[in-house]
Amino acid sequence: MKTLDKLRETMRRDRVFDFVAEGRYPFSQQGRHTVVPGQLDASHGTILYMENVTVEFDGFKALNELTLYIDDGELRCIIGPNGAGKTTMMDVITGKTKLDTGTAYFGQSMDLTRMTEYDIASAGIGRKFQKPTVFPEHSVFNNLELAMQTDKRVWQSLIAKLNGEQLDHIDQVMNTIGLTEQRHNRAALLSHGQKQWLEIGMLLMQNPRLLLIDEPVAGMTHQEMDKTAELLLSLEGKHSIVVVEHDMDFVRSIARKVTVLHEGSVLAEGNMDKVQNDARVIEVYLGE
Amino acid sequence: MQQPNQQKGIFASILHDDRGGKIFLSVLAVVVVLVSTLNLFVPESAALHVSTYTVTLLGKYLSFALLAIALDLVWGYCGILSLGHGAFFALGGYAMGMYLMRQIGDRGVYGNAELPDFMVFLNWSELPWYWYGFDQFWFAILMVVLAPGLLAFIFGWLTFRSRVTGVYLSILTQALTFALLLAFFRNEMGFGGNNGLTDFKDILGFNLQENSTRVSLFIITALALALGYLVSRYIVTSKLGRVVVAIRDAEDRARFIGYRVEYYKLWVFVFSAILAGIAGALYVPQVGIINPGEFSPLNSIELVVWVAVGGRATLYGAVIGAILVNYSKTFLTGALPEVWLFALGGLFILVTLYLPKGIIGLIEQIKKRKSAAQS
Repeated sequence: MKTLDKLRETMRRDRVFDFVAEGRYPFSQQGRHTVVPGQLDASHGTILYMENVTVEFDGFKALNELTLYIDDGELRCIIGPNGAGKTTMMDVITGKTKLDTGTAYFGQSMDLTRMTEYDIASAGIGRKFQKPTVFPEHSVFNNLELAMQTDKRVWQSLIAKLNGEQLDHIDQVMNTIGLTEQRHNRAALLSHGQKQWLEIGMLLMQNPRLLLIDEPVAGMTHQEMDKTAELLLSLEGKHSIVVVEHDMDFVRSIARKVTVLHEGSVLAEGNMDKVQNDARVIEVYLGE
Repeated sequence: MQQPNQQKGIFASILHDDRGGKIFLSVLAVVVVLVSTLNLFVPESAALHVSTYTVTLLGKYLSFALLAIALDLVWGYCGILSLGHGAFFALGGYAMGMYLMRQIGDRGVYGNAELPDFMVFLNWSELPWYWYGFDQFWFAILMVVLAPGLLAFIFGWLTFRSRVTGVYLSILTQALTFALLLAFFRNEMGFGGNNGLTDFKDILGFNLQENSTRVSLFIITALALALGYLVSRYIVTSKLGRVVVAIRDAEDRARFIGYRVEYYKLWVFVFSAILAGIAGALYVPQVGIINPGEFSPLNSIELVVWVAVGGRATLYGAVIGAILVNYSKTFLTGALPEVWLFALGGLFILVTLYLPKGIIGLIEQIKKRKSAAQS
């Protein structure tokens, strides 16, 4: 494995000469940038590039020449009928499914197709699945503590103590997700909606740049939905967020820009009004 | 359960909001002081005298209690139901037994200074290489820790890395202890075969039949139990402990957050095996024998019953379970020997059906009901 990695490093086409790297090369000026391995480069304002992505399962094209860009700090909603490829798209981004053709980049430099699930997660892409899974026997506080981005090796955990900065981070996230009052409650005792928020909070503890959120309001009451909308809107700008959702009222309440998927590719894109009045969208989705 | 930020000293911070632990340790201290004084300083004719037999019996229970704590760590906290923890206990016991065997020297039946009796009996001419070093106490203690630890490491490394979990893992642990049982039964293994190791004379120069040695062993076992409890308690209240519980409840989630689940499991499993080995090493000089029977699957299953009866994931619950079940075992096998296995089976069914959290769970329920009735 090590030799393979070394070979890969030597053969990289994007970085021929080490001395060209920032700081070492006397002519590198501000505004110009070089690729630093393992570091997100979103300097062109786009955090996710997916171009002509095709994924085939036994002849069925779950994604068909999908091209999609997500801006840094954007809150994007993705809608589409069942089987439109929403989940497959998330799977491709998180490395769970390999794509057959096309490219997927996180920032300008990270090729998602060559990274493992674990690498992608630690590079700053967090994913929330539909069904909330939190640690039921732990308090809200401890759930967030465990999710925090720190040294996660065994011996380090044995002697780990929270410092003030980390405590502040936990408090701040707890405040964001609105669970400060439940601080010491066991997660098992939380309502369905609160568990969803807690899980979003656990993602936030890892300081992700891009959050993928799958059907956050399924099974929520209206009040909970409103609170979720508020939460997601408050995250806008600090993180890029992609929300996949069926509930149109909810999408309307948060969406700046909506992408409609259909049969594995983008059918329409734009603000809610534009999308809603698109004849093809009405035909395949909204009109039913 | 937040860490107390102020530095209060290690004991205080370990036992911070652990009422059960404080009670358990206090009771242990009182019992140890009382029993040793009543044995050593009260004349045998007095009514209050505690016989040496009782002292040793209690010492045996305490070593079982330490074993139960070891199992509670992996089962109660990490969710690994090991049905082979008796194997680690027995390995620790054998390591201690080998030392005691070498201490016999030429006082054996055959009077051979170098070879233990059973080897002379088998017509062996020299000591097998794996018996080297066991005449040194420090080496034996090292092996008490290393042998179970290494076995647990290899076994755990192979199984946890392949993500073997649940029932399959339990069956594998059961197979492990059964395989060791068969192996240790063989005379050619060089561990005394069927009869095991026995006829011990002294430990570190102290006669094992002596009253004072017995009481000292009892006190050392109690100290080991207290220390084992404190260390285990430190582990389960550390972040490592919280990660382990998280793994028990939502393994995939823990992995997704970035914890190397298999390393955590391995760490806890190895630590628990070492603790079990130490318990075994304390057990052997007190009962005076170690034989392959200790590897029998039934022993490991009984151990699971102790922990289940006491209550999982509390540590002191395991202690209570171990002592209660073993006390009833001593009582029943004396009074109604044929009933014991039925009683054990019935107990297990009863606990599974009606007391999923064991005696500790029952006590907590009663407390809750009381406080609910008051308010």
